[in-house]
Amino acid sequence: MKITLEIWRQAGPGTAGKMVTYTQDDVSPDMSFLEMLDVLNEQLQERGEEPVAFDSDCREGICGMCGLVINGQAHGPQVTTTCQLHMRSFKDGDRITIEPWRADAFPVLKDLVVDRSAFDRIIQAGGFISVNTGAAPEAHAAPVQKAKADRAFDAATCIGCGACVAACPNAAAMLFLGAKVTHLGELPQGQPERDARVVKMLTQHDHEGFGGCTNVGACADACPKEIPLDVISQLNTDLRRSMARGN
Amino acid sequence: MTDGLIAGYFREGAPIQDTKAPSGPIEQRWSTRRFDAHLVNPANRRKLSVIIVGTGLAGASAGATLGEAGYQVKSFCYQDSPRRAHSIAAQGGINAAKNYKEDGDSVFRLFYDTVKGGDYRSRESNVYRLAEVSARIIDQCVAQGVPFAREYGGLLDNRSFGGVQVSRTFYARGQTGQQLLIGAYQALERQIAAGTVEMFTRHEMLELIVVDGRARGIVVRDMVTGEIETHLADAVVLASGGYGNVFYLSTNAMGCNVTATWRAHRKGAYFGNPCYTQIHPTCIPVSGDHQSKLTLMSESLRNDGRIWVPKDSADKDKDPRLIPEEDRDYYLERIYPSFGNLVPRDIASRAAKYQCDAGKGVGPGGLGVYLDFADAIKRMGRAAVEAKYGNLFDMYAQITGEDPYETPMRIYPAVHYVMGGLWVDYDLESNIPGLFVAGEANFSDHGANRLGASALMQGLADGYFVLPNTIREYLSHGPYPQVAADAPAVVEAQTAVKERVRHFLSCNGTRTVDSFHKELGKIMWDYCGMERTEQGLTHAIEQIRALKKEFWSNLKVLGTGDGINQSLEKAGRVADLIELGELMCIDALHRRESCGGHFRAESQTEDGEALRHDDEFAYVAAWEWGGDDAPPILHKEDLVYEFVEMKQRSYK
Repeated sequence: MKITLEIWRQAGPGTAGKMVTYTQDDVSPDMSFLEMLDVLNEQLQERGEEPVAFDSDCREGICGMCGLVINGQAHGPQVTTTCQLHMRSFKDGDRITIEPWRADAFPVLKDLVVDRSAFDRIIQAGGFISVNTGAAPEAHAAPVQKAKADRAFDAATCIGCGACVAACPNAAAMLFLGAKVTHLGELPQGQPERDARVVKMLTQHDHEGFGGCTNVGACADACPKEIPLDVISQLNTDLRRSMARGN
Repeated sequence: MTDGLIAGYFREGAPIQDTKAPSGPIEQRWSTRRFDAHLVNPANRRKLSVIIVGTGLAGASAGATLGEAGYQVKSFCYQDSPRRAHSIAAQGGINAAKNYKEDGDSVFRLFYDTVKGGDYRSRESNVYRLAEVSARIIDQCVAQGVPFAREYGGLLDNRSFGGVQVSRTFYARGQTGQQLLIGAYQALERQIAAGTVEMFTRHEMLELIVVDGRARGIVVRDMVTGEIETHLADAVVLASGGYGNVFYLSTNAMGCNVTATWRAHRKGAYFGNPCYTQIHPTCIPVSGDHQSKLTLMSESLRNDGRIWVPKDSADKDKDPRLIPEEDRDYYLERIYPSFGNLVPRDIASRAAKYQCDAGKGVGPGGLGVYLDFADAIKRMGRAAVEAKYGNLFDMYAQITGEDPYETPMRIYPAVHYVMGGLWVDYDLESNIPGLFVAGEANFSDHGANRLGASALMQGLADGYFVLPNTIREYLSHGPYPQVAADAPAVVEAQTAVKERVRHFLSCNGTRTVDSFHKELGKIMWDYCGMERTEQGLTHAIEQIRALKKEFWSNLKVLGTGDGINQSLEKAGRVADLIELGELMCIDALHRRESCGGHFRAESQTEDGEALRHDDEFAYVAAWEWGGDDAPPILHKEDLVYEFVEMKQRSYK
């Protein structure tokens, strides 16, 4: 396949960037999207041009390191991570634009690489259960209803990629936040800190410069792990209850 | 022999011993060691500092635990967040001797299975300890909120993995590694918030600092600003993962590399059993030259999927659904009736290779065998199969464009894990005092072959329960004398890093880093992969030496060192992988026996199984760096079996 690419190039943090056009003449439909960029980068280097910087690590859709806005969609046209997108989703002659996540809370570091450390700081604010190593009771001491365990698991599959933020017109991270609040809130182990957790995490979220939720739902559509929108309802439910209790 | 060059490739040095494991009944050794280790009073802990490189299961859990104890921890990872470490990609599960199924499991059984699975090339004391702490790992993870699979009664579910006949594997659908890592990551983030752990993301360790014979710090490159920084501490822990990317194509993440451990090796740390590589039997086959990595399909699939090839090679291009039952060869069930599709990984991989070598391989290039769920779907229903393996099936469909509910998966072996790593004693301390190594980065527990669901167990055992106890003994003798920022060892390490960076950027050759990496990978896969021969390995060593020479004179890295430069990062990693590749081949060449994942064609039984030579090779090969222009030096650590009888493994 022959593909034309328009890629965001930016030399460093805070510098001006621009879209640059490249062509790829020999793209196989079995290539992953990132392998297509690998091939481009090899060609650029052979021509003496600096390769395009982009993040990726596991390339099996689970580490959350990759993330590109492809033709205006976070992770592109399929419901999956960028690394699991394959060129068979495109056709000969296509023109593809590739941009980094765009959000004030995710500043661009170079080309398509952004800084997502804000997510780590939201987790630091309360996205955990406080149990020191060695202090745990026997695992079967607290049975968990299967339905609750399954819902906790579904929420816990969030990979922290940031697609929800990239897709949201307000650049809110509510799906990310709601997923963690739901994961820990569904389990008996998560109850003691439940009320405090939601307030602390939300405060950090706002402090990082993410926007507010206006129930658009673009986040859930873009989520490669299909985290359901109802985790945001759960977040709101938990928040109301917590505030009613004086948090 | 002691001074002479052996086979032209190495010298032999003094034997080495693990001096830390207590003797006596195996059930008491770990408690004895913990009791003998000195304590550090809580007020003194904050005066002691530890550097941890890597934030996978071993690194994150060690960081969190040492932080909770009150030590000052500095944690480093090359990714943009500690949550990305490649432990996250482990799919199938984690073993623990809970015996929740009352199916005959016990600590001793897990110990026995692991020693046998490792083909009698691991240390009994270490493996017993691993089995002993396994149950507490599950307790810890459940308390952290890890959403393990549960039964309708609310209790934890288990499944079975290769090489065992009990169900002791705990899992979270096909994302167990992710869930365990997120648990450890959250514990680590909690300590970052508490101020006990200082986190450095997008920082890559490029050199170890050794002062007066002790590991005292590291030199890192800030991958965003390009700054070369020095970090000093009382002890250094490497939990930097494995080096499967020496094969270029593997199931490892793109960034997985050997640099942290290799730089330590060049500073004197012995490398244990570098040639022990695990080739995983169930990966998605290669689709073309553009391939950047391989994707695993969890071993758990072998619980319900049946592996087969056409009996007649003429059928290999036929639609598999049209090949009648009697024309299929379910070769694992046929050859190994008692373990069937659940034989250990090394055996399943080689069996697939033999079928493909015999011309019965399916799919492009004939490099694949079928993993078929038609019977499972008939027996359990599609919904049950979906609940158990849904995400794996989706992943397969995404990558291949084929629907595995309709047509059998095609799978082929791929490099997945390395049992080799830096040599450590029972305390997980290398031969450099103060340098500890945990998780896949060390060589310790899996012998010549790792059983499924044991990597997660080992990573978390090391990080939560073993290392925090053993490093305490070392720290109890500290704080160690302050190291000046301009101490000769610090300046030397800093200068070496800067010089390497300068060289890569000014080499101005014609070949890209990836082209060298691909060439190295092909040499390693062809000659140091599933089957190794003396002739092939000798040839590989010559090729690698030539490649190294060209790498250092004809490399092209564009851009500068002052900011993000991914080619520069890769250049440093590939430089070290090339040197490691040579040592792996030398190790594989010197071990003239087959054991576990190391299969020497010259050493096999009549029916093609691995043939060990315990009289000659029942030892750990601990390699000392000989210098840039001198051969490596082999130190042997004898393996003594007091509790498990060494037998030829049989899974028939």
